[in-house]
Amino acid sequence: MEEWNLSLAPENAAHVQLKKKYELFINGEFQKPFSNKYFETVNPATEQAIALVAEANEKDVDQAMKAAAEAYKPWSKLSGAERGKYIYRIARMIQEKSREFAVIESLDGGKPIRESRDIDIPLAAAHFFYYAGWADKLEYAFPMRKPQSLGVAAQIIPWNFPLLMAAWKIAPALACGNTVVLKPAETTPLTALKLAEVIQEAGLPQGVVNIITGAGKTGAEMCAHPIPNKLAFTGSTEVGKLVYKAALSGNKKVTLELGGKAADIIFDDAPIDATIEGIINGIYFNQGHVCCAGSRLFVQETVYEEILVKLKKRMNTLIVGDPMDKNTDIGAINSKEQLDVINRYLKIGRAEGAEIYQPNCKMPELGNWCPPTLFTNVAQSNRISQEEIFGPVLAIQTFRTIEEVIDKANNTPFGLSAGVWTDKGSKIFQLTKALKAGVIWANTFNKFDPTSPFGGYKESGFGREGGVHGLDAYLKFD
Amino acid sequence: MTRLKIHKTYKIFIGGKFPRTESGRYYPINNAKGEPVANMCQSSKKDFKNAVVAARKAQGGWVGMTAYNRSQILYRLAEMLETRSASFIEELNVLGLSKKAAEKEVNASIDRLVYYAGWCDKYTALFSSVNPTATSHFNFSVHEPTGIVAAIAPEKSSLLGLVSVIAPVIAGGNSVIALASETKATSSISFAEVVQNSDVPAGVISILTGSASELMPHMASHMDVNSLVDARGEMKAAELNITNNVKRYLNWANKVSNQDPYLILDCQEVKTTWHPVQTNAASGAGY
Repeated sequence: MEEWNLSLAPENAAHVQLKKKYELFINGEFQKPFSNKYFETVNPATEQAIALVAEANEKDVDQAMKAAAEAYKPWSKLSGAERGKYIYRIARMIQEKSREFAVIESLDGGKPIRESRDIDIPLAAAHFFYYAGWADKLEYAFPMRKPQSLGVAAQIIPWNFPLLMAAWKIAPALACGNTVVLKPAETTPLTALKLAEVIQEAGLPQGVVNIITGAGKTGAEMCAHPIPNKLAFTGSTEVGKLVYKAALSGNKKVTLELGGKAADIIFDDAPIDATIEGIINGIYFNQGHVCCAGSRLFVQETVYEEILVKLKKRMNTLIVGDPMDKNTDIGAINSKEQLDVINRYLKIGRAEGAEIYQPNCKMPELGNWCPPTLFTNVAQSNRISQEEIFGPVLAIQTFRTIEEVIDKANNTPFGLSAGVWTDKGSKIFQLTKALKAGVIWANTFNKFDPTSPFGGYKESGFGREGGVHGLDAYLKFD
Repeated sequence: MTRLKIHKTYKIFIGGKFPRTESGRYYPINNAKGEPVANMCQSSKKDFKNAVVAARKAQGGWVGMTAYNRSQILYRLAEMLETRSASFIEELNVLGLSKKAAEKEVNASIDRLVYYAGWCDKYTALFSSVNPTATSHFNFSVHEPTGIVAAIAPEKSSLLGLVSVIAPVIAGGNSVIALASETKATSSISFAEVVQNSDVPAGVISILTGSASELMPHMASHMDVNSLVDARGEMKAAELNITNNVKRYLNWANKVSNQDPYLILDCQEVKTTWHPVQTNAASGAGY
């Protein structure tokens, strides 16, 4: 077959305004850190440093918390309608700067510009827009109850959807009348800091949103601090358990969005071609850096060969490379550390006796890359089908009956998401009812919306983000 | 000649049966004058583990029943308690409640069961949602039980307190293992007899007696428990291993004196389902 070479379609990054050095955003101002320390944030596709970012220490965290506590007094007394208008304003400003946000997101995190442009940034703006409208309607969401704000929310977010996770955290917190101290991940701080500029420009009262940067130690200081009444965390199950412990010690309300190992289940009556696209989107979206990724594929035996052939064929067409190219399907792995984790699992998979398939794709020399990968001949007990890899790695198993696949799918400590592909409605409902997961995609995968609650069962955490159910996380009741 | 009264040894209630505690240990219950009136089981870690196994076995069937059916079974509990109310009043009276106060507690317990019976087929309709996504999908969120709930029932109110903890948990399709009041457990185990004679499937409700401080660490750390209800507010949650499987910790110390559908929701997950909608829109939805 003749090879199709797409012309390069690079996104222009010249319009982006980035500072060389970012301070902490506390009490409405960018402040130098008490720590006097800065760290580099690196473009994972080029290995070049983009900017220096301040590292918040205990004293910085304390100052941010105090600013948030001070700001809470007037902010919580503001009418819901007025609060809502500030949030609407932020939503609009993100929309207006969406191009710039998208480029920065891809530069800093390595995700394809197509995804940051079409998914991350529009959804972040939509999330602010959605929760803005709730600010003056909270009583309607909780019949016979008086919803009240909590106080200060300490929020820690991961590196896979940096701006979107900031939106998921900040928007409902503000709508419910709380103030915020947010920490983005140390490898992807730039869009959150850009959001700080937007928040400053929007005229949000000082201290209502504080954005501080740093790594795990900074996060631990936030959780241990006496001021916050609420901890919100998205990240690994391992760290989530520490956050939970801190919340129990400090008697703080807590919500956790943790890891996942989603089953994506293919029945023989599924629309095969659409299903192939769904499988690809389920696991290779955002380099597989997705807590709800469909990383365990279960295929009914009768269509296994067909699915495997078509899946490999489709994988061969995926373009791995420059995140800034609009044709790119799979961008850079977010960090060297994460690439090491993924490579370690590739080794483990082989050692466990699974068969690996990777298309022979060209990848740039510099940067962190991993081709789309699938494993066949996988056992339920293999680590690659039990543990979260957080990379573009799919583990395939087969099944014969519905009962068997339900057992296998639920046999995991996680319970964040699952997928089902079949043309039969009653089978969909049987499966979606039986699967122990917070989000079930039937004949689709990896869809998100501000109106739709997201969050998991079991060791995937508790609490929901999005929709009417997402309000509960930021309110208390008499 | 005065007749010598029989002191009953109350057993525990696990998986629809009344075994003695595996521990071989018992403790006395005294009346208001400090005289012993009964012996209770000092439940052990092993008793609790057995109850969790029974609870897990029963839970799928319980949540698989129709909500209408669960509603009728809770109502049946109320019926059974009503017919035995005289003996419950007597039992509470022996432990020091006035006749009047005992009658009030029994009546309130019956009414509370009726209250939650009515919620079984209604709370999902009130608190679920159809979510208007901006893409062409049909998207809805419904509640589901978290699964297995371990609960420490109030110390002071051995019947009403116990019923107020158990009813909202099972109304939502969970199985429950409840630790009864330690010093007043007689009516709690008598309530287990009511449960056994109703239509509640074996294992959906288990009731243990004994020391909260002894059992709490095991309830907190068990890997197959999904939610932990603490109706005494005595649990030092941060010191126990609740986080090992990220189970929920619910402090109900000030909550079970009232009846409240939000207690049902405390032990629920929210599950959201998406499906594409085929449309003719140029935006290209559907699969």
